[in-house]
Amino acid sequence: MGILFSFAVVIAIVLIVFAGVRGAGLNYLFAIIIPYLALLTFIIGVTYRVFNWGRSAVPFRVPTTGGQQFTLPWIKSNKLDNPHTSYGVIGRMILEVLLFRSLFRNTKAELHDGPRLVYGSEKLLWLAAIAFHYSFLVILLRHLRFFTVPVPTPIQFLEFVDSFFQVGAPLVYITNFVIVIALLFLLYRRLGMPQIKYISLPSDYFPLFLILAIVLSGIYMRYFDKVDIVGVKQITMGLVSFRPTIPDGIGIIFYIHLTLVCTLFAYFPFSKLVHMAGVFLSPTRNLANNNRMQRHVNPWDYPIKVRSYDDYENEFREKMKKAGIPVEKE
Amino acid sequence: MATKGKPPKPEELSKISYTPPQRNWMDIPVEFKPGMYCHATRPKYLEAVGMPFPRDWSPADADWKLPDNWKEIILQGIKERLMKYRTFHVFMDICVRCGACADKCHFFLGGGDPKNMPVLRAELLRSVYRKYFTTSGKIFGKAAGARELTEDVLKEIWYYYFQCTECRRCSLFCPYGIDQAEITIIGRELLNLLGLNLDWIMGPVANSYRTGNHLGLEPHTIKANIDFMLDDIETITGIRVETTFNRKGAEILFIGPSGDLFGVPGNYVTMGELMLFHEIGLDYTWSTMACEGGNFGFFTSMEVAKKLYYKIYSEAKRLGVKWILGGECGHQWRLMNQYADTWWGPPDFLEEPVSPITGTKFENAKGSKIVHITEFTADLIKHGKLKLDKSRNDHLKVTFHDSCNTSRAMGIFEEPRYIIKNVCNHFYEMPESTIREKTFCCGSGSGLNAGENIELRMRGGFPRANAVKYVREKFGVNMLANICAIDRAALPTLMDYWNPGVDVCGVHELLGNALVMTGEIERTLDLRGEPLPGKGGAE
Repeated sequence: MGILFSFAVVIAIVLIVFAGVRGAGLNYLFAIIIPYLALLTFIIGVTYRVFNWGRSAVPFRVPTTGGQQFTLPWIKSNKLDNPHTSYGVIGRMILEVLLFRSLFRNTKAELHDGPRLVYGSEKLLWLAAIAFHYSFLVILLRHLRFFTVPVPTPIQFLEFVDSFFQVGAPLVYITNFVIVIALLFLLYRRLGMPQIKYISLPSDYFPLFLILAIVLSGIYMRYFDKVDIVGVKQITMGLVSFRPTIPDGIGIIFYIHLTLVCTLFAYFPFSKLVHMAGVFLSPTRNLANNNRMQRHVNPWDYPIKVRSYDDYENEFREKMKKAGIPVEKE
Repeated sequence: MATKGKPPKPEELSKISYTPPQRNWMDIPVEFKPGMYCHATRPKYLEAVGMPFPRDWSPADADWKLPDNWKEIILQGIKERLMKYRTFHVFMDICVRCGACADKCHFFLGGGDPKNMPVLRAELLRSVYRKYFTTSGKIFGKAAGARELTEDVLKEIWYYYFQCTECRRCSLFCPYGIDQAEITIIGRELLNLLGLNLDWIMGPVANSYRTGNHLGLEPHTIKANIDFMLDDIETITGIRVETTFNRKGAEILFIGPSGDLFGVPGNYVTMGELMLFHEIGLDYTWSTMACEGGNFGFFTSMEVAKKLYYKIYSEAKRLGVKWILGGECGHQWRLMNQYADTWWGPPDFLEEPVSPITGTKFENAKGSKIVHITEFTADLIKHGKLKLDKSRNDHLKVTFHDSCNTSRAMGIFEEPRYIIKNVCNHFYEMPESTIREKTFCCGSGSGLNAGENIELRMRGGFPRANAVKYVREKFGVNMLANICAIDRAALPTLMDYWNPGVDVCGVHELLGNALVMTGEIERTLDLRGEPLPGKGGAE
């Protein structure tokens, strides 16, 4: 149900672009207005989300510790999985954000006869996640050549590396293949694995279909229905220089690709995709396990009623005296 | 006390399917299965600590006698907590439902109920959050994973948030560190706004407020219990050990879990500690008020937890000690490591802890001034201050169960192992995926150690028990050591159910067995009063 719904929404977007550009001639809307609005929504939306999380207090220092604590000098502590200094925390966050350290730990439990619970290593999800995210990043960076004149050397170098195995033109990028395979695997997990399917929401399928549609439309545009690259660059350069122009004769597939990308940008702040920013604010990862060394202050702490020792002794004084336990008031 | 239910036989219970049903989870109403949930709290316990809506009610009843404005109270409660806890706020927003946590939860592995996958347990509350606090949830409703807060939804949250032991295993594997323990803690706080707690939690809370300990032991009883232990120590070692209570001017205040003052096998841990402190001539005292490092308030609300921890530093101050030594207890160390100083610190009336025997400065406790007893003892052994006869534990083949809280909210792995390896000849680790930071819960933590939910406990403890079974079959392990009082209360039942013949002990019981004391008689008995094989006792 959620699968069809999400798929239908992506198809609908494609059809709307088709009708809007081919039918109504709304090129200006799709190539200029929507991109600006989408980018604005993305920037304001994500900033708002981060700001809003940042407003929430961190009353307690509650890192999840994943290794030996800092302790006696002759016991080696695990400085990255159980950091007790800011450097350790930075290291832990780098591993988490760049290498998906926690996901790398993943295991798969199986119940065998006996009964015997067995835990196997399960790195496929990690591999697919790394492949997807890094391909996405490389593809995004490669696209900077549409927004720069001249194209900076690092971007050219990235293109060179990404197309390393290819001779001839147009260059075939490794990341194009990798991201499709990774997306198909992530989609397979949601559709084919009963547990994952059970927890999946429409908002889990939608980004997968959307990004897949973006990738496929991009590949189609590049290798099959070759659009007028010079015209496209006129549009993109017009957008970044705030002097938007639309040359004639650019294929519909470009408008579809662009609008799907805009959908992703605009959808981003309202969806689970904000995990990209949220992971930096996760208190179980970005705090040091040093609460016995440095005091952490709860900003909303308030006075509460407690039971004082006097109350305690008043209730038990006779019993304490009889048992020979010292008391404050005889 | 709760009546003890009878769980199905292990062969029945271990038939577990991890395949979820066809129907969408939102369309499956919660079903209260006997043996899987606890009794409701009696009103008197709520009244004792001034908590709202005390009344007689039962989870199985259709009518929970909720106040008319219950929905408003919960929604307002969520709103407040989104601002008070960044954990809650971020965790409500960033889950991508990748499913990495799904098969990490002991309740899911032992029961197969999909709503015990941490991701779905969180979604129970997240769906409500979306409905009332997010734009997409308000507009798109179910398509955005949002749902109305109804009485059935509230009951479902209650049922499953008391099927979580706040062990944090899911949080270790989550790529964003989403911690179901944190969500459960806040979920339970919300439920407590409506007086919806367990008898097994609120009873100890009320006791702890009045007497300082969960069991409700009054000061003279504490002394009497320890006197009994001193008698037993004398029988075993021939030495009359002395100890003091509420003594002003002692150097160290010792605070362990009250479970170790009463009942088997916790009392053997206390005996081991008493013997150790005597042998090294430690200048320490007990406090009859601060005689409980455990804190069931933590399973109620942060305010109640803080309330119950007032005694820790206030008694240290009143007695004028220099620092605090904390005993073998799991969630006590979650709190002493991550909360105590924030709640009631800074303890600037105390001194930075230094071992009076070895001169070691406990650098990692210089702020809160609370040292873990295995840190203290490991340091003694390292410096050769203890004479140990390992062979007195030769009848034991030991494995070590890392407790959730000391593992994933502290990281104390080597210290207890170092002690065990120095007092036992036969030590075997359980499989790597089930120990240290990846350890499995006993299945009874966070206040779920009741009698009426025995099936839940046996299911939740299944992954732990199964790992013990592995080392039992492979190495003949017959003793499951740990550093947690809840473990010592819960694991014997769990072992009897899944692995009969495996016993449970604290680390300082093993130490007490091995400790050669000055002037002791030849040992023929272990701390349990049972003959030591090959030591003049019966074989």
